[in-house]
Amino acid sequence: MMIEPRQENLVDGATGPWEIILGLEVHAQVTSQSKLFSGASTEFGGEPNAHVSLVDAAMPGMLPVINAECVAQAVRTGLGLNAEINLYSVFDRKNYFYPDLPQGYQISQYKYPIVGEGVVTVDLMKEGYSIEVGIERLHLEQDAGKSLHDQHPDYSFVDLNRSGVALMEIVSRPDMRSAEEAKAYVTKLRTILRYLGTCDGNMEQGSLRADVNVSVRKPGAPLGTRCEIKNVNSIRFIGQAIDYEARRQIGILEDGGKIDQETRLFDPKSGQTRSMRSKEEAHDYRYFPDPDLLPLELAQKDVDALAKALPELPDVKKTRFVEAFGLSVYDAGVLVSDRASADFYEKVAKGRDAKLAANWVTGEFFGALNRLGKDIEDSPVSADALGELIDLISKDVISGRIAKDVFEIMLETGEAPGKIVEERGLKQVTDTGAIEAVVDEIIAANPKQVEQLKTKPKTIGWFVGQVMKSTGGKANPAAVNEILRKKLEIGEE
Amino acid sequence: MKVDEATVRHVARLARIKVTPEQAKALEGELSAILDWVEQLGEVDTANVEPMTRVEEMALPKREDKVTEGSIAGQIVKNAPLTEDNFFLVPKVVE
Repeated sequence: MMIEPRQENLVDGATGPWEIILGLEVHAQVTSQSKLFSGASTEFGGEPNAHVSLVDAAMPGMLPVINAECVAQAVRTGLGLNAEINLYSVFDRKNYFYPDLPQGYQISQYKYPIVGEGVVTVDLMKEGYSIEVGIERLHLEQDAGKSLHDQHPDYSFVDLNRSGVALMEIVSRPDMRSAEEAKAYVTKLRTILRYLGTCDGNMEQGSLRADVNVSVRKPGAPLGTRCEIKNVNSIRFIGQAIDYEARRQIGILEDGGKIDQETRLFDPKSGQTRSMRSKEEAHDYRYFPDPDLLPLELAQKDVDALAKALPELPDVKKTRFVEAFGLSVYDAGVLVSDRASADFYEKVAKGRDAKLAANWVTGEFFGALNRLGKDIEDSPVSADALGELIDLISKDVISGRIAKDVFEIMLETGEAPGKIVEERGLKQVTDTGAIEAVVDEIIAANPKQVEQLKTKPKTIGWFVGQVMKSTGGKANPAAVNEILRKKLEIGEE
Repeated sequence: MKVDEATVRHVARLARIKVTPEQAKALEGELSAILDWVEQLGEVDTANVEPMTRVEEMALPKREDKVTEGSIAGQIVKNAPLTEDNFFLVPKVVE
């Protein structure tokens, strides 16, 4: 299928516009207690070589035994990506030598992956359009160990704690056309993985990293030669690497050169990509079926059981928020982008004005978390407390303006909103007698403004402001308006 | 099938085996002969035969997701020629 290029995604070169073609291979660490083929822990940050079994260290005679939960996690992920689950898949050996790969090969899946074709819908919120990114395959494989190069002038230090941890390699079709689209795709993929609980999506710890395939062409021309940028470990870097690499390729082509298909590394310090020549010869991986492992066969009924137990996924949740709660597509999109936020919102909205709840959660609440640099999990204000605050607004106990002050006090003290309102005397004044007294006082003190009001009825707003000010914002605005209009003999607008 | 010297060198390099020019020459003949012998298998018609993956009908054995091993760093690095704080030390590899 030919996708008509979007004008805004084309990059201007000296010879006219260019189209960027992007495909991603995302490595997602499977959430599990133990490794793919051994009983060693997957925990991050252990002492050197503490989470290593004799299998992970590739001691002679050791045999791999597959972790059933890692298989289930891969199936769940495949289902979440609307993908075909292959009931028959095979583990192969991918052969290469590197100090942090003690086996001399990585156990991976080549010809028969566990998950086949799928599709992910990606929303570009800011740009206001959606794209569908095809998934080519997902396969299970082992992670390698970690080498530290900065500990000694002559030696690299090798820690095998990561060695053998299960990874899912998720390969997309070359369906993305801009750095923004690629970033949105990874963000969406991470959201889906987190909803499913199959990968924690933590890019800093390396639980999610991407190899980015970049090529450029004149719109409508055949695909150009691609370069693969390895192991980019943040969404921001993915964007920077693509921008740099596309520019580099356009520059070479416009100078009459040609692109060499090669593996490149992104350097976050310089914002540039550079060739990784050492990898070139290693591309001859000589895959063959691992004789230590039988083919992986799944029963359809087991796949069906996993499908039935899947949580509600972000796209479905978003539609429900729009339809059941009357939220805007944008607000619904913001709320479902993270499962914890969506759950928090639903708890706040339950039995309350859903739109008011959405305004508070996406506005004051997210604003406060941002300001405090906190995650929703360690929020100083619980969903129940925020709900109670919204009840106070709905029941006219406090005004929306006072509610914002109460919210700030809740953030600081962690006290319940009802208690704050009670103890600090923040209740809205609905007693018309009290409001009337204030109104009379203000009218008497400002004869000039009263005179002006006769020709400019809109200046009543000034009186409302004065009353609110002298009541410390506690007067009910509707009551103030009504009393003012009655006393000053101005009709309803 | 004829294996030339360049192929011998390439395979040797991939396997990290050092081969002298004399050995490479000899291996050309040896590898060619082995491949010729394997090629005989191509004479059997296997169009409708599934690859044999097991002698007996058995499924891939699976393990429960439990931590049952580890915390033996001392034993893991014991055979290594050079270690420090339970890290393996290897000649520096830098990208």
